[in-house]
This record gives sequence, C-alpha cells and structure tokens, in this order.
Amino acid sequence: MLKIENLHTYYGNIHALKGINLEVEQGEIVTLIGSNGAGKTTTLGTMTGLLKATEGKVFYEGTDITNRPPYEIVKMGMSLSPEGREVFPQMSVEENLKLGAFIRNDKEGIEESFKRVYDLFPRLLERKKQTASTLSGGEQQMLAIGRSLMTSPKLLLLDEPSLGLSPNLVLLIFDLIKSIKEQGTTVLLVEQNANMALSIADRGYVIETGKVIIKGNAKDMLKDENIKKAYLGSL
Amino acid sequence: MLFQQIFDGLTLGMVYALIAVGYSLVFGILRLVNFSHGSVYAFGAHIALVVAVSMQWGIFPALVISIIFTGLLGIMIDKISLKPLREKKSKPIAALITTIGVSYIIQNLLMIIFGSHSKWFPKIFDYGIIKLGDISINSTQLFIFLVSLLLLVFLTIIIQKTKIGLAMRAVEQNPKAAHLMGINVNYIISFTFFLGGASAAIAGTLISGYYQVVYPNMGFIAGLKAFSAAVLGGIGVLYGSVIGGLVVGLSESFAVSYFGGGYRDAVAFVILILVLIIRPKGIFGKKEITKV
Ligand SMILES: Nc1ncnc2c1ncn2[C@@H]1O[C@H](COP(=O)(O)OP(=O)(O)OP(=O)(O)O)[C@@H](O)[C@H]1O
Ligand SMILES: [Mg+2]
Repeated sequence: MLKIENLHTYYGNIHALKGINLEVEQGEIVTLIGSNGAGKTTTLGTMTGLLKATEGKVFYEGTDITNRPPYEIVKMGMSLSPEGREVFPQMSVEENLKLGAFIRNDKEGIEESFKRVYDLFPRLLERKKQTASTLSGGEQQMLAIGRSLMTSPKLLLLDEPSLGLSPNLVLLIFDLIKSIKEQGTTVLLVEQNANMALSIADRGYVIETGKVIIKGNAKDMLKDENIKKAYLGSL
Repeated sequence: MLFQQIFDGLTLGMVYALIAVGYSLVFGILRLVNFSHGSVYAFGAHIALVVAVSMQWGIFPALVISIIFTGLLGIMIDKISLKPLREKKSKPIAALITTIGVSYIIQNLLMIIFGSHSKWFPKIFDYGIIKLGDISINSTQLFIFLVSLLLLVFLTIIIQKTKIGLAMRAVEQNPKAAHLMGINVNYIISFTFFLGGASAAIAGTLISGYYQVVYPNMGFIAGLKAFSAAVLGGIGVLYGSVIGGLVVGLSESFAVSYFGGGYRDAVAFVILILVLIIRPKGIFGKKEITKV
C-alpha cells in the first residue's frame, strides 16, 4: 500500500533523513520507533507533502506521490494526525471534525463518520460545542485522531498519539488503534512508547539518525534483547 | 448640524471599513501587513473611471468590472511577488518591503497610463435629498453607507457560513493542520487576496463617486487611514475593522468641523499612534502588529 525508497530530507543544512526505506501493507499496523530526533516526524512529514524530499521516492497504492502537495495526498486517502495535536484552537470540537471531512461531499458518509468518531470518543460528543483550545491535552489528542478519521482515510498516520496522556488514556488510545485497524483502516504508528506500540503492531521499524537500523516482526522485536535494552526500558 | 457630522463620519467610516477588511483578511491569513493595498484601492477607482467615464457604461457595470479586475490584481500580487517568498521561507520583513515596492509599481503604472492629474468622476446615487421627518439625508451618502454595510454583511457570511470561509478560518488558525485537512492553502490565499481586492475596488469606486475625483496616489492617505482603522479594531478581526473604520470616519468628520479641513488627515494617525502605544492589539485583537 505504501512504499518508501531511499528517502532523504533536509532542514536547511541539517540532513534529517538519510535514505529511509519502509513499507506498509494493506490492513497492517506498522510502528515506527526510535529515540528523540531520530527522524520519525520528518518521515511522516515528507510522506504527506508537508516537507520536500531531496532524493528518493514515496509510492502510495502504486502511484508515485513524492513531493505532491499535501491536499492531493489527503484526497488519495492518507491522513496524518500530527505530533502536538495541531487542532484549530478557536473552533469548536464540531467544526474541527467538520474540517476533517473538508475533502468529502458525501453527506451521509460524513454523518456516519461523525457517529463513528463520537462512538469512539464519547467525550468529544459531550463537548462538541466547546472551543478546542479549552480542551484538556488528552481531549485535544482525541480530537486530532477523530479529525483524521473524518477524512475517511485508507492509511492513517499517527504521530505519538499517547504523548502526555495518563496511563488510562494511553490504554484507551491503543485499544482504539486496534479497533481502527479492525474496521479496515491501515495504520502507521509513530511512538515513544515502544513496548505498547510493538504489542499492538504487526511489524516494526527502528530508526536512528535518519536511517532504518532494525526492522521486523513486532512479536520478535518485543523479545529482541538489543531492542529491549535500547528502547523498551526495563520492561 | 450634529446629525450631519455623525452621518458624514459614518459614511466615510463604512468605506474605510471596506478598505480595512482587506488589510485584516490578508493579515489574518499571512500575518503580513499588505502595504500595496492602498494602491490596489486606487487601481479599483481607475478601472471604475474607465468604465463609467470613458466608456459611459454607468456605475453598476463600473462596480462589477472593477471588482473583477481589482480582485485579479490582488491574486497577481500574491502569485508574482509574495508566493515565491513564502516558498523560499524568507523572513517576514522581505514580504513587507515587497508590498511597499508593489504599491509604488502600481501607482507608477497608473500615472503612466492615466497621468498624475486629478480626473473627474460622476457623482453616484444622486437622487437628491431624502427627508425623514425633520432630518434630511443626502442620497449619495445614504447609498454609500448602505452598499458598504451590505458588502460587509456579505463578507461576514462568506467567512462564517460557507465552506470556503471555513477553510479561510482554518488556514488562519493553523496553516499546517489546514494542509492536512486537504485544503489547498495557496488557493485559499488567492481567494483571500481576491476578496481584499474586490472590497478595495468597491471602496475606491464609492469614494470616487463621493468626492468626484480620481488620481493615482489617492490610495496613499486612504490606505493609511484604513490601516489605522484595522489596527484600532484589532487587525485580523473583521468586525474590529468595521468598528475601527467607523471610529476613524467619525473622528475625521468631527475634526474637520471643529478644527477645520486642515486636520482631516491627521486624526487617523493620532489614533494609530495612540493605539500602538496604549493597546497594540487593538480593541478586539488577539494578535499584535509586531509580528509584521
Ligand atoms: N524545523 C526544523 N528545523 C531544523 N531541524 C529540524 C526541524 N525539525 C526537526 N529537525 C531536526 O531533524 C531531526 C529529526 O527530527 P524529527 O522531528 O523527525 O525527530 P523525531 O524522531 O520525530 O523525534 P521525537 O521523538 O522527539 O519527536 C532532528 O535532529 C531535529 O533536530
Ligand atoms: Mg517527532
């Protein structure tokens, strides 16, 4: 479904991605882990057209989408829930979700997506008229994920969805990611919480300073001594 | 007498508001004070001059054609001079200086084509004096007031109630997230420049029909006054621009009556300076002008 070949991205002189290779198959949860500054967010940004690749290719469903503008990529069915939530601060929860459905014209489908999102996050339904900037961090995270789902994506990219959430909420978010997958959406998950991410993922990639250094089956990676030491803490 | 001053002030104020919303819309979306806006307004007046005077097509065709051409000029300014800077991620000051340069280019083109002298423009909406009980109202002023009001309501509806308005607000509040919602941000910026140009065209035509003159650097003072109005109301806030426009218009009208015509243009700048000192965000503003 998604194939990244030898991707390079710069911020000015900083060479952030140094040839990333990565694949996601339809129906999978794939997780991308790695320490701070490894290049995870940059990988997602380059895939979605927010950042320009200087070298390499991104293929989505067989089409070369390298350096296409973000609005074209979103329309093809790839949606990013960005790091740091990035909600529309002065808009209500409902308007934020409505913007998620900006590219769609199927009224009934949009209604259904609203229902799906409100079912997943009853909290958002309770607060649908509340201004997004006044939501708690966890609620904003739910809103960001909900908003991505409103685009009705085939491939959902999540950048650290559990960041800053209480343990309960983290569990809830990971459960949710599983149910998103079961409902037929493919997921690429970037996480600091490597243990949790690997436990729900099918496959995983570890990136370090702009390169993939380990890849494999998530179950095997969970047991791998090196990965355990470097990324899974004492668990 | 008092009523006449108030009414003069409100009429001028509504027109300033129309120009001010152009500053506000662009600032909202790009965090940029577009100093070419005054010249865009003058351009609009000259297009109306061509249609209404040279071609004798009447005032309504003049308005419509001026709206279209001036709106397109707004888009061109962005596409040719500002978009390349955005793409190179230049410093905000570069864009600011560019808009000042563009302003002079437009003014000079108008001088080359039309000459720098003042040209006569027909009085618009001239249906004589309308009597409401004891009060008599000049129809030109009344119609200018009403047309401006109507347009400001129309703009508000576009921004608050339509899908493209929703996209404009999204780009304003979080451009990165707007990209991720599948919004074509460059298209929205173009549309914003079109709206700004169109409002300036209407303001230019109305004011020309009020003072009955058109000249290439007519946008300089009008632009600065409207800019003061936008800053006063809180730049980036639409209804703030309207209130700001009315305050500037009313102050100007009272200053002219009490201190004489020589003070006509000074008041707006006194207001601007006071606002920048006392409340840089403006009355309703959330953002400070210092972001450029
Ligand atoms: N806007 C930027 N300008 C300059 N350098 C940047 C910028 N954004 C990221 N970088 C650099 O690029 C590298 C990769 O950053 P990236 O944000 O992709 O890391 P990450 O893996 O997402 O880290 P984290 O887990 O902390 O979110 C880092 O060295 C970072 O300092
Ligand atoms: Mg990151």
